[in-house]
Amino acid sequence: MPRAFTPKVITANALLEGDAVWFTADDTWSPNMADAELITDEAHADLRLLEAQSRQSEIAGAYLADAKAGPNGPEPTHFREEFRTRGPSNYAHGKQADNASRT
Amino acid sequence: MYVYNDFDEAFVRERVAQFRGQVERRIDGSLTEDEFKPLRLMNGLYLQLHAYMLRVAVPYGTLNPSQMRQLAYIADRWDKGYGHFTTRQNIQYNWPKLGDVPDILEALADVGMHALQTSGNTIRNVTADHFAGASADEIEDPRPVAELLRQWSTDHPEFQFLPRKFKIAVSGSEHDRAVTRAHDIGVRMVRNADGVAGYEIIVGGGLGRTPMVGKVIRDFLPKEDLLPYCEAIVSVYNLLGRRDNKYKARIKITVHENGLETMQQLVEERFEAIRQGFTGFDQELLTSIEAAFAPPAYVEKSVDAYEAARLANPAFKSWSDTNLSAHKAPGYAIVSISVKKHGQTPGDATSDQMRAMADIAEQYGHGELRISHEQNVILPHVHKADLPAVYAALREADLATANIGLVSDIIACPGMDYCALATARSIPIAQEIATRFEELKIEHEIGELKIKISGCINACGHHHVGHIGILGLDRAGVENYQITLGGDGTETTAIGTRAGPGFSADDIVPAIERLITGYMKLRENEDETFLQAFRRLGMEPFKAILYPPAEDKANAA
Repeated sequence: MPRAFTPKVITANALLEGDAVWFTADDTWSPNMADAELITDEAHADLRLLEAQSRQSEIAGAYLADAKAGPNGPEPTHFREEFRTRGPSNYAHGKQADNASRT
Repeated sequence: MYVYNDFDEAFVRERVAQFRGQVERRIDGSLTEDEFKPLRLMNGLYLQLHAYMLRVAVPYGTLNPSQMRQLAYIADRWDKGYGHFTTRQNIQYNWPKLGDVPDILEALADVGMHALQTSGNTIRNVTADHFAGASADEIEDPRPVAELLRQWSTDHPEFQFLPRKFKIAVSGSEHDRAVTRAHDIGVRMVRNADGVAGYEIIVGGGLGRTPMVGKVIRDFLPKEDLLPYCEAIVSVYNLLGRRDNKYKARIKITVHENGLETMQQLVEERFEAIRQGFTGFDQELLTSIEAAFAPPAYVEKSVDAYEAARLANPAFKSWSDTNLSAHKAPGYAIVSISVKKHGQTPGDATSDQMRAMADIAEQYGHGELRISHEQNVILPHVHKADLPAVYAALREADLATANIGLVSDIIACPGMDYCALATARSIPIAQEIATRFEELKIEHEIGELKIKISGCINACGHHHVGHIGILGLDRAGVENYQITLGGDGTETTAIGTRAGPGFSADDIVPAIERLITGYMKLRENEDETFLQAFRRLGMEPFKAILYPPAEDKANAA
């Protein structure tokens, strides 16, 4: 039996900076996963991935990643995707630094 | 050391200009990522979890002070003020921006450096013994040969699309510090029965998913035959190696599937066919390269100040006990600078530290620096009289950790903190182990012990050849760490054996502590190293320590 479809977001690396970005419902890329479109339908996911991958001058390496609904928007379900929302654990670099400087 | 000639200079500059155009075309949308990816990889540019990563080649691990200063400048100007020294003697920048990379490559070319063939299915940066040209046990400095191999392999038209990446290591000493038996080709300098120096050629070693100890394909190769013989090996592999399955494409699998004898026969046939094409120009070139690696002008002076400092300063004594190695010249020592301060990321140096090391090398080290595959920096030629001053300068730069070869001198790959291939993190595990043993204050008592950590099966952290190896995996969406024991990366290379089920991120450090304190009770005396004790006793007693019966655990808790 085919495995049931689990909710997804589309994520990639921004072309110029290389940082993690997520595809939103209004076809923009956000550095914040909570802004991502949470996709619950498999056919819609395939279509949205094609649309995301066609935006070659903005990103590289778009893919579907598992996610779940949270109070503020989509959240990661796997530790790899969680690290991508934050940055490395050995220095306060990457998104965790950007987030800290924003607040 | 070797200085670029006009040809090298023009070649590297041209490649920078080409890449500048490729980056422009990628940014303006005329190249897709699929088209651009092979081009960026040819120039050492990866895309990782949080950013791009640029891997810069440090040929055979040798740097001069102005190169080291330029690496510091690049770190400050285009990255986050630090660089990561890798297990292949390279340096990686973790945060470059795509548009800046051509400028970074230009800055590297200014000091005779590049990032070519640090990725892709080509012959990668040739690595060498980090004590080359200095070690007391050396037959000959292997770096001229490494440089010859670098020139031969760079942009070699036949070898730009090999079945898989190809790594060569060269050692000129009896003691193998270059892990030659875990490379696609290992070149070890040896003497034959008549005392003539030549090479033992090892083929088909490698770690990764299917670890294999390399096999001797030629036990004595005359020096002048090195290039045609290596070309014959790579040429045979290029045709015979599998291209249908990435995991079976390395030469270790080619050797394993076809057998050493078949490989030997094919290589010898190919060697006979091509050797006439090598008309001796390579040997003329080698002679001119050798001149560039002439030993420094050693000086003679009293070592009284060194002996006095050892008596007067216990911290200096401890550092000189662990961080010095025997040098071939009287009065000299090889200094290993630990880039592994307890709790820091193994192999990371700040730009200030890089400049400090460059200054020290210039003032006290005949202008030479090396990067070791163990992710430390080496000053190969320091007179003992200067060691107290060197130590003071290193302390000033927070680089005087006395832990070379000890439990906190851990090799760790970048793992899932940076690498897109990783299945778990390795850096935090290394940091926690080092911090824990620093708290316990027992690492000098433990003695020689090599812990090596990889964050995935590809084994950049050399876990298979660690006395204790740790492999980070993803087990059902949770980080999990497997322990291997008894690995060895020296001339007695051995692949470690898996001890049993893996440990969670929370349990791995206590497990390592239990294992090491357990070893201290098992050893015959203080001189029996962990590896020796493992070889004497076998896996069972260590397994019993790692996996105590449940009731013992309950009592202990």
